[in-house]
This record gives sequence, C-alpha cells and structure tokens, in this order.
Amino acid sequence: MKQWTDEQVEQAVGKLLRIGVLVAACVAAVGGVAYLLRHGSAPVAYHAFNGEPQSLRTVRGVVDSAFALNSLGVIQLGLLLLIATPIARVALSLIGFFRQKDGKYVVITAIVLAILAFSLAGGRL
Amino acid sequence: MSAFELSALILLGAFLAGLLGALTGLGGGMVIVPLLAVGFGVDIRYAIGASLISVIATSSGAAAAYVREGYSNIRLGMVLEIATTTGALVGAFVAGLVSTRLIAVVFAAVLLHSAYLSSRPRVEHVSHDLSDRWALWLRLHSTYPTAQGPEPYGVLRVPLGFGLMFIAGVLSGLLGIGSGAVKVLAMDHAMRLPFKVSTTTSNFMIGVTAAASAGVYLRRGYIDPGLSFSVMLGVLGGALVGARLLPVVHARWLRILFALVVVGLAIEMVYKAVSGRI
Repeated sequence: MKQWTDEQVEQAVGKLLRIGVLVAACVAAVGGVAYLLRHGSAPVAYHAFNGEPQSLRTVRGVVDSAFALNSLGVIQLGLLLLIATPIARVALSLIGFFRQKDGKYVVITAIVLAILAFSLAGGRL
Repeated sequence: MSAFELSALILLGAFLAGLLGALTGLGGGMVIVPLLAVGFGVDIRYAIGASLISVIATSSGAAAAYVREGYSNIRLGMVLEIATTTGALVGAFVAGLVSTRLIAVVFAAVLLHSAYLSSRPRVEHVSHDLSDRWALWLRLHSTYPTAQGPEPYGVLRVPLGFGLMFIAGVLSGLLGIGSGAVKVLAMDHAMRLPFKVSTTTSNFMIGVTAAASAGVYLRRGYIDPGLSFSVMLGVLGGALVGARLLPVVHARWLRILFALVVVGLAIEMVYKAVSGRI
C-alpha cells in the first residue's frame, strides 16, 4: 500500500471541500430556481414554526423526494450534500491516517466520524 | 410577502452578511440568525437551521483555500473536533428543550461578547519549543510558513483548550453559529498558537462542528429548504466576493461598522425576547 504524506492528504482534502461545496451549491440553486418558478407567487410565512414534513427530515426521505423531482426535495438534497462535505473530509483523513499507519489518529478520527454518523442517523444506524 | 420577494430580500441580506463576514474575518454566520429572526420575523429555530447551513458552506469554502497554504494543523483540528462535535450534539439537543426566548437572550449575550472581543487587539504569544505532555503524546507541535521559512511552534495546555472547545461546540449547536470567538480564546490564549494557525485551524473545524448539529436540526425538521437555499447561496456569494476584495479594502472601519451592527442586533433581539415576540 502506498504511503501518503501529510501534504498529499491536505491537497486531497482541499480539493474535496471545493468540489463538495460547488456541487451542493449547484444542486440547491437548481432546486431553488425550480421552487421559485413553481411556487414563487405563493405567500410564505416563517414566523410560525411548524417543522418540516417527514419526507424532508431523513436522508432517505430527502433522496426519495429529490428523485421524484419535488423542488423542495432537490434543495434539501443540496443541503444534505453540503452537510456531507465535512463528513467526507473526516472520512478522507481517516483513510490518510490509516495509510500512514498512525494508529492513534486512526482512533481519534474514527471517534469524530462516529459522532457525525450518530448525529445524522440519530442512533438508527 | 410572496416566496419570490422574500427569497430575493434574504438573498441580498445574506450576501451582505457574507461580504462583511469575509472582509472583517468575523464570520457572517453570527448575523444571519438576528437578520432572519429580527429583520424578517422568521421563527428562531428555522433561522438557526439556515444559519448552520451557511456556516458549513463558508467554512468549507475557506478551508479549501487555507489547507493548501499549510497553516492549518490538521492533527490538532481532529483532536479538538472530538470536543466540538460532542458539544455541538449537546447544544443541538438542549436547543430542542429550552424556550426560544432563552435562546434569543443567550444569542444576544454571545453577540455582545464577540463585538467586545473584536474591538480589542489580539495578542500573540507563541511558544516556539515548549509543548505540554498531551501535545507531545499526540504530536501536535508543528511548523508554519513565514517569510524566513518554516517556523516551529509548540502547543500548551491541551486539556484547557479541549474543554473550551467543548463550550464552543455547545454554543455552535445551540445558536447555529461558528463560535469563532470562543475558539480563538481556546487556541490563542490557552494553547498559545500562532494567529495564522489558530484562525485557519478553527475555520477548518467549524464545518465539521456545524455538520454535527445540522444532522440533529435536519431530523427535527428545523432546516427549511425554501428559506435555507437563499441564505446559503447569498452568504456563499458574499464570502467569495469578500475574499476577492480583501486586499483592496481597509478592514478597520468595516470592523467598527460590523461591531456596531452586531451591537444593534443584540439589543433588538433582547428587546423582542423580553416583549415576547421571539
């Protein structure tokens, strides 16, 4: 297995962050334009808190409604991709430390990744 | 107001917040919540959800540029992320239990504190060869690029820094902000890092911290797509333009302007919370 230097990991991390933000912003922008074209003239109010419907709260629900071309679902998919970007960054660091055979940091990074997974899945992994 | 009008106004407001945040280095996330909650009458839970999204976007975008320059300390960031993400989960959990008025008052206090900190000069005390035993065991000491070549630095008082980072995480999860001020306190004062290293490493960690609480907010239904997309795109656009303008703009007056805006928003927030309109 090829060794990775710290510098190579950092380059890869930088690239991942740029691509992640760019893709997420594009998906959210496409969904946003579709949403405004379809519902732009409808009145909105955010002063009352109702909470989002179940389909926009879970990873699976968001993916399903985005593929059903629901405009709010597409935006939410973009936001989900954005949330996933730093998580993917931690995963990439984990691979980097693993290749460097740095046991201490493999454990530390795995803990951070586990906390993030717990947050998104809510203990229902 | 129609969805189109509201989105356009929020896009503009978020753009200005991102621009000022990038030019002053104070982060636009801090003004997004009061802008939405006080300016547009948005429920503070939706405002915090949208703000978290914008925080992830700007932090990831800026971190991409920083890691290439070699200032961020990725090992230190990873160790401290255990503290910030745990704190963020706690903060996001607490946010679901307490009243929105209490959140507004805590928010205002953090705003005032940040404005106060930004008005004071930052003092750099770098320890070049000294590290505490935690830092040695975790190999946190490193070098950073200077005009004279790579300069070594040590890391002190890791447990204190770790504890402060937990608090920064709680505030981030509770209020939907990056908690830059507390992170600077932990890294500059407790751990004695060089400015460039503490600023970039803290920025690097903000995205991961915000992602930890964003997961909880998403599952609770606090992240509204119709609101969040214009906030995210506005802040991101403002931050990109701000980064381009940075070399040609005098940041000092902007910092003062930003601090005044922040103080005004804080007072308005307390007033609305006390009169029961948040």
